[in-house]
Amino acid sequence: MTVSARRRRTGLAAWGFALPFTVLFAVFMLVPVASSLYMAFTDMHGADLRTPWAVNFVGFDNFVEALTDPKFQQAAGNTLYFVGVAMPLTLALALLLAVLLNSGLVWFRSVFRVGFYAPVVTSIVAVAVVWRFLLQPDFGLVNSGLGVLGIDGPRWLTDEVWAMPSLIVMATWRNVGYSMVILLAGLQGIPRDVYEASAIDGAGPVRQFRSITVPLLRPTLLFCAVITGIGYLQFFEEPFVMTQGGPLGATNSVAYEVFNQFGFGNYGLSAAMSYILFVAVVVLSYLQFRLLRTEK
Amino acid sequence: MSGDMMAAGTRTTGVRTGAPRAAQAAPGESPRRRRLTPRSTVLNVALLIGLAASIGPLIWMVVSSVEPEGEIRQFPPTLIPDQVTWSNYTELFASLNFPRYFLNSVVVALIVTVGSVLFSAMVGYALAKLDFPGKRTLFALVMGTLMVPGMVTFVPLFVLVANLDLVNTYAALVLPFLAAPFGVFLMRQFMLDVPDELLDAARVDGAGEFRTFFRIVLPQARPALATLGILTFLGSWNNFLWPLVAVQSADKYTLPVALALYSTGQNTVQYGLLVAGATVIVLPILIVFLVLQRHIVQGVSTTGLK
Repeated sequence: MTVSARRRRTGLAAWGFALPFTVLFAVFMLVPVASSLYMAFTDMHGADLRTPWAVNFVGFDNFVEALTDPKFQQAAGNTLYFVGVAMPLTLALALLLAVLLNSGLVWFRSVFRVGFYAPVVTSIVAVAVVWRFLLQPDFGLVNSGLGVLGIDGPRWLTDEVWAMPSLIVMATWRNVGYSMVILLAGLQGIPRDVYEASAIDGAGPVRQFRSITVPLLRPTLLFCAVITGIGYLQFFEEPFVMTQGGPLGATNSVAYEVFNQFGFGNYGLSAAMSYILFVAVVVLSYLQFRLLRTEK
Repeated sequence: MSGDMMAAGTRTTGVRTGAPRAAQAAPGESPRRRRLTPRSTVLNVALLIGLAASIGPLIWMVVSSVEPEGEIRQFPPTLIPDQVTWSNYTELFASLNFPRYFLNSVVVALIVTVGSVLFSAMVGYALAKLDFPGKRTLFALVMGTLMVPGMVTFVPLFVLVANLDLVNTYAALVLPFLAAPFGVFLMRQFMLDVPDELLDAARVDGAGEFRTFFRIVLPQARPALATLGILTFLGSWNNFLWPLVAVQSADKYTLPVALALYSTGQNTVQYGLLVAGATVIVLPILIVFLVLQRHIVQGVSTTGLK
């Protein structure tokens, strides 16, 4: 009797703790996730903003329209291009930096660590101002530098071929510090004597990297790969502030197309596209778990 | 993780027994111990070049913001300006209400930070240490939403906020960010490590659940609160897509919104003004980051490892 009364009391108190979050979470997260799914199967438009229930169900029409739309296909291809290049580049660079910083040969490790992490905390809008100047074709630092070497640099952001690589470099610059910090912490968790023992056995740095570092770091690498992959699939901010998806859609992305269709008032189509992106995020994360999970 | 280590440990032992004698006889090179070798010099110079690439653009931004337009475009760029001028800032503040946007950014970020960290800590504590009906469902839902792309909720959130008549209000900038699934996950992980004995002792002393939470649990969780607080503040400060859509009148703009609209709405590009605006957004954050970098870096790496 007293036990159950006590339990009920902690149950009530516990809900007291959980309530503020739960209410806000339900209203501003669960309801939108559910209504996004609902909207994806309706012909909702901007005009229905105030009457979201007075719309028609259209089955899978929005999904069919999205998948057969050449603009969406181009955006999907661009997104895969971005993820396929930027993700391995970011992870490889982060791993390289982390290994170098952990090697014991570095003089001012914390200075480097702070310096490589600094771009992570900066606003993308501010970063865009700086990078648009760096990549400015006539007097920007990059082309001026190339000019000294006698190279005539391209018009980075307005060239169909070079716009995406420019954004890939920029995104890598901005995100590499995050994975580097996490990988560095993972490396510091590997006992020194494992390396010393293998050095006595004559294992060189390359061998050590392949036989000790990579296998022991696998869970950390997996974490970084999943987080980076989820973030990069939602590629949006860089083209939004740098190229507006251009030139000729060369840097348009799935997330950007979701935003565009929202802007055009095609809410149903926009929601369907966002769910396609959601599925892609889940699939990519699943594949990474399969590829990188700890071997039993 | 530890299982892995064991496995690799065994593997290394295997290598040792199988290694040819010659390799063992060779004098054990350990450049690791020495500091000023050609190798370490090359390595450090390479890293310095990388560091320049990493923070160079940010340094350029700060330096350019106090230079006249002509000097900004000089090549090679000047590290120390020939002529320091504040005209970029005065001109920017004259044409745009930057102090107002700054205040908006600070107030929104502070409310979001305090509110979401407190709510996350409360629900994280309940999920970690208390029993209540619906606990498993709530935790599953929180974890499930961690992977939902922001774009999925973006459109319906706008529809919702419009129907609640919250468009163009501060509430629209704050409310959707008070419930942070990642924060709940982080706080729950941390609360699991708070010793039960401590809570039991407080209860035996007659402290109620809320008193126990605010007097015992929260002080224990200070490192986690600091980490989550800093990350939340950064996220709110740098957030720009939602504020861009949710508010329309200039008096509600946050800094990134104002700069984004200003930089795209200009016909003639005045880099001086843009760079000054960018510096106003980034410099306070960089200073906070430099002061608290140990917290941030450690926090990020532990959240990543858990």
